[in-house]
Amino acid sequence: MINKESRILLEVKNLKAEVAGVEILKGVDLTIRAGEVHAIMGINGSGKSTFSKVLAGHPDYTVTGGSATFEGRDLFALAAEERARAGLFLAFQYPVEIPGVSNSALLRLAYNTLQLDRGLEELDPLEFDDLVQEKIKVVEMNPSFLGRSVNEGFSGGEKKRNEILQMAVLEPKLAILDETDSGLDIDALRIVAKGVNSLLSSDNAVVMVTHYQRLLNYIVPDYVHVMDGGRIVRTGGKELALELEARGYDWLRAAA
Amino acid sequence: MSAALQNLVNQPYKHGFVTDIETDSVPKGLSEDVIRHISKKKSEPEWLLEFRLSAYRHWLTMEEPVWANVSYPKIDFQDIIYFTQPKPKKQLASMDEVDPELRRTFEKLGVPLHEQKMMTGVAVDVIFDSVSVTTTYKAKLAEIGIIFCSFSEAVHEYPELVRQYLGSVVPSGDNYYAALNSAVFTDGSFCFIPKGTKCPMDLSTYFRINTEGSGQFERTLIIAEEGSSVCYLEGCTAPQFDTNQLHAAVVELVALDNADIKYSTVQNWYAGDENGKGGIFNFVTKRGLCKGVNSKISWTQVETGSAITWKYPSCVLLGDNSSGEFYSVALTNHLQQADTGTKMIHIGKNTRSKIISKGISAGRSSNSYRGLVKVGSRATGARNYSQCDSMLIGDRCAANTFPTIDVQNTTATIEHEASTSKIGEDQMFFFAQRGIGSEEAISMIINGFCKDVFVHLPMEFAVEATKLLGLKLEGSVG
Ligand SMILES: Nc1ncnc2c1ncn2[C@@H]1O[C@H](COP(=O)(O)OP(=O)(O)O)[C@@H](O)[C@H]1O
Ligand SMILES: [Mg+2]
Repeated sequence: MINKESRILLEVKNLKAEVAGVEILKGVDLTIRAGEVHAIMGINGSGKSTFSKVLAGHPDYTVTGGSATFEGRDLFALAAEERARAGLFLAFQYPVEIPGVSNSALLRLAYNTLQLDRGLEELDPLEFDDLVQEKIKVVEMNPSFLGRSVNEGFSGGEKKRNEILQMAVLEPKLAILDETDSGLDIDALRIVAKGVNSLLSSDNAVVMVTHYQRLLNYIVPDYVHVMDGGRIVRTGGKELALELEARGYDWLRAAA
Repeated sequence: MSAALQNLVNQPYKHGFVTDIETDSVPKGLSEDVIRHISKKKSEPEWLLEFRLSAYRHWLTMEEPVWANVSYPKIDFQDIIYFTQPKPKKQLASMDEVDPELRRTFEKLGVPLHEQKMMTGVAVDVIFDSVSVTTTYKAKLAEIGIIFCSFSEAVHEYPELVRQYLGSVVPSGDNYYAALNSAVFTDGSFCFIPKGTKCPMDLSTYFRINTEGSGQFERTLIIAEEGSSVCYLEGCTAPQFDTNQLHAAVVELVALDNADIKYSTVQNWYAGDENGKGGIFNFVTKRGLCKGVNSKISWTQVETGSAITWKYPSCVLLGDNSSGEFYSVALTNHLQQADTGTKMIHIGKNTRSKIISKGISAGRSSNSYRGLVKVGSRATGARNYSQCDSMLIGDRCAANTFPTIDVQNTTATIEHEASTSKIGEDQMFFFAQRGIGSEEAISMIINGFCKDVFVHLPMEFAVEATKLLGLKLEGSVG
């Protein structure tokens, strides 16, 4: 929901970043306010995941120019875990498997780390279980997933739902969902979308990185951005996604 | 790999200090004279001197083994001091009388001695260099017939028991290092659990190598008579030295009918610096004999130290229905090399064995699992289950498994599972992205990976082991 009065969560200006000595982001500008839903679209290799990871602080990527503030704080002055604790969440395009670490143990440690950071009480395993049993309903996952190693032996769709479960537990201020929709069948897509929608409020915001209009039928964006060659080359409303679906990307690339 | 990823490894060795206590050493080098000298210093009976000399003569004919997947400069056995002893002090009535320097050493190591142990119910037989300095709880154990003392004391107080069992599991000529140990061992621990007795507390020995340049040759012998049971804990740590120190211990366990021995080790010897300089060479022979029916021997080890580890705690399953277990976590970092594993030798009928091995390699280290499961022709119905998992941290380390299975009885059931996983930057970034710092992330990953082994450790050992592994891996993943 667009409300020009609401506070700015993320403000990115002329962001440039490189990986392995190659410049990938070539000047990205983006402002996100509380309560907004954004979509970033673009062809493969246009820099969408790079942008997400740079914001989240992946060590492989080097910021070479520009700035980003998160609730007024210099994002790049914070370590990756500090950004997460500040309320920035990234649902990974390719969630990693962590053998031997149970989902519930991970979720509890992550949750309690946040609680401590905010000067709040940690939850013991029993209290936490009450909480997580509620949250798991959001993504309609079987509670047996809590006892399993993180993502180990999960199907592609289960991994994506597991990311949303983590989001539900951590309640971030800004969630970036990097192609959370790809590899999901229509039922799973509906569940994930319902989960994300239920977490949205006027206090937080979400950025969906996606190729497809499909997801945007369920989570309706306020803004659609098109990324190409490491820049946002066009911003529009939800109609832009439909137009892209109909016309492809070439007309934009030519214009860029 | 990022610089951050490489930084974590460089945690200086916490226990790196040398205790300044006067020592009484024989000169460097090995000869029959040195052996006679050791034996005389220790006022040993003639049969023991003979045992030593025959081991020495055998050793002279043997070649240093080269089959292990480790490499190191040739050891000069004439450059080792084979006997050192803290200067004799008056008989000690309590811990208060122990050399304050030594007590400080224990404090620095965090050895929870005396009072702490009284409360937790652990008796400690403290080995300082080669001589037992103090033994607690002995009297209490003696009331129920349990003997727990230094090896030297056992030689004098219980010569018949020692003579009966010494070398009965690991013969003096068993292998190069066992032969060397048999010739020159200076001290160690002795435990005897009489028939039908359940040892009411864990028996614990803290080892510590001291005196630069001295080899350490310990000898441990544990005998569990019919229907008895015991848990034995061994923990090690050593000061930081620049010259490599050889350590070649021999541990022998004997379990008679229906007896049960559980032997747990947490090993944290100096592993050398990040360039591989210094560090302990650990060439150990540990073997348990399940002599009686329904007997059981279980080895649990957490190996984190040493520049080189060469160690295969084994079980000889002689008695029908006997069982052997091996639970191991071996961690290598920097330039450490470990070649460790187990041998399960099934001889009796319906013998069972279980092997759970977890290898963690970081830095530029090399970590090999070497296992042998052997089922003899008489071992009808023998069963083995083996699981060997490796975890690689970073991309410059190596993990190998060398499982050997030799089955001569068609009724045997052998199962083997293996896996390799890798902890890289993407996993660490995932944890960071969920707000979890790298230390906690590593500790969580390692705990998860090792939990099948940790559950077999006594509670306080498990806690210690968890911390130790975390410490050892600090900085190895970004
Ligand atoms: N770790 C990396 N090493 C080298 N090149 C990379 C790395 N990550 C991304 N790239 C390159 O950056 C470009 C953008 O990739 P990415 O951000 O994943 O695009 P998108 O998510 O839009 O498909 C691609 O050309 C990709 O090959
Ligand atoms: Mg992508």
